[in-house]
Amino acid sequence: MNFKLDHQMFLVLNVVIGGLIVASLVGFALSRGVKSEERRATIDNLNARIRAWWIMIGIFSISFVIGPAGSMLLFAFISVLALREYVSLISTTRADHRTLFWSFFVFTPLQYWFWYKGWYGLAVILIPVYAFLFVPIRLALAGETTGFLDRAARIQWGLMVCVYCISYAPALLTLNIPGYQRQDAKLLLFLVIVVQLSDVFQYIWGKLLGKRKIAPSISPNKTWEGFVGGVATAVAVGTALWWMTPFSPLQALLLSLAAALMGFAGGLTMSAIKRDRGVKDFGSAIEGHGGILDRMDSICFSAPLFFHLARWMFVSEHPLLFR
Amino acid sequence: MRALSASIIAACARALAGPSVRWVNIRPATRQRVYFANHTSHLDFVVLWSVLPRKLRAMTRPVAAKDYWNSGLRKRIAVNAFHAVLVERGGKSAEGDRTTTARNTLEELVEALQAGYSLIVFPEGTRGNGLEVGPFKSGIYHLWCRRPDVQFVPVHLSNLNRILPKGEFLPVPVISRVVFGPALKLEKNETKESFLQKAHEAVCALGEA
Repeated sequence: MNFKLDHQMFLVLNVVIGGLIVASLVGFALSRGVKSEERRATIDNLNARIRAWWIMIGIFSISFVIGPAGSMLLFAFISVLALREYVSLISTTRADHRTLFWSFFVFTPLQYWFWYKGWYGLAVILIPVYAFLFVPIRLALAGETTGFLDRAARIQWGLMVCVYCISYAPALLTLNIPGYQRQDAKLLLFLVIVVQLSDVFQYIWGKLLGKRKIAPSISPNKTWEGFVGGVATAVAVGTALWWMTPFSPLQALLLSLAAALMGFAGGLTMSAIKRDRGVKDFGSAIEGHGGILDRMDSICFSAPLFFHLARWMFVSEHPLLFR
Repeated sequence: MRALSASIIAACARALAGPSVRWVNIRPATRQRVYFANHTSHLDFVVLWSVLPRKLRAMTRPVAAKDYWNSGLRKRIAVNAFHAVLVERGGKSAEGDRTTTARNTLEELVEALQAGYSLIVFPEGTRGNGLEVGPFKSGIYHLWCRRPDVQFVPVHLSNLNRILPKGEFLPVPVISRVVFGPALKLEKNETKESFLQKAHEAVCALGEA
């Protein structure tokens, strides 16, 4: 795992920043011409989101410049914050305390350490096997039986989604695709761009054209128009970015589609948890967006699939043959 | 030196407890106050103190139990960094058999107020389970009798018991919440019962705010 900053990555980062400048100008222009209270709130939220994007992209770029260790650390930190939002929202009891301590301070660092060392075999089973078994054992030792299965499942789920799944994003840096060595960072950039653009354009198309709700009981803001427009835009951009990846244009299209669809599914699933707990957002860490987990929900679900598809197609001993 | 180590500890506490802070119908101000809150964790005063604006921290002293905070590293943290007022616990303060401990405690707190400090107190006297706020001991009422000119500000802390529950020594970084409410409005001749009831209700109400 190693990479150098190359001109392709710089180009893409510059385009992203250019896009953000345009968004900021549009946001500013919109805020000048608002009349009604309701529109004012929407525009203010839009501008808060754009400001937060500047910060997020700034942090992300800095971690890129630092190198693989920087990206691993950044995502490890994101995992801790996401798990913290998750644990704060679900109800845990006094008897869960030490199991939670293990989750935060042993399993999370280990997960990222294994990826950082490039120990693929350990990294993919640490949480699904070892933590899966450890959590109920530790809870049993704590001696409290009330809601046992419930409590164990909640902690296991939190570790899977907030730590295991998110860790697949920086794990892309360890793929070592033949002919694409030292360039893996662009794969991470590609995934993040496709998935986040899909989120952003679902929001924009939804605001502009949204009528038919997809799942009114889960997320009143998700509409068919937003979904189709967002996914289509993200796939178009992803396909157009094939030159920065090891993929052919067709492969880039299929992988972008998979990532965008899973990203949408992630947003929907995590919304179901929020509705069940009676909250709108997981937290308030990112202005206008809600919590870290609200921003990461789509990455949680798309990163593992994207990683394994790419690995299956390019790295495994029996790679898929349609390249 | 004290200001520096306290700032570092406050920053660590804020990082660990990730508190979301709300001031409901009240603003941070340099006027002398007694902040009283529900008590569920040893972290309570550290977090409450660390979410105050820097200027207020310098003039605010937490009140902590001597039996827990009076040795080794804890003492260094409580006394040197936070300038805490350490008091004996267990002043069984049913009217009539008020022990001398309770009386001494009161004198120490009044002294700190006379010196111009604000205080952070936990009138339950002991850590609760985090589900409901326990009954208040009467010490806070006697403090008010001595200094009715000081504002008594209710504060509700939640989730701190999940970060460091009773009997645990390793913390889990759950997000906590600190809500400050408007100062108690009291009559001149408020009775002890009605004072304690108003104070208790004020803290509980913030829990639902």
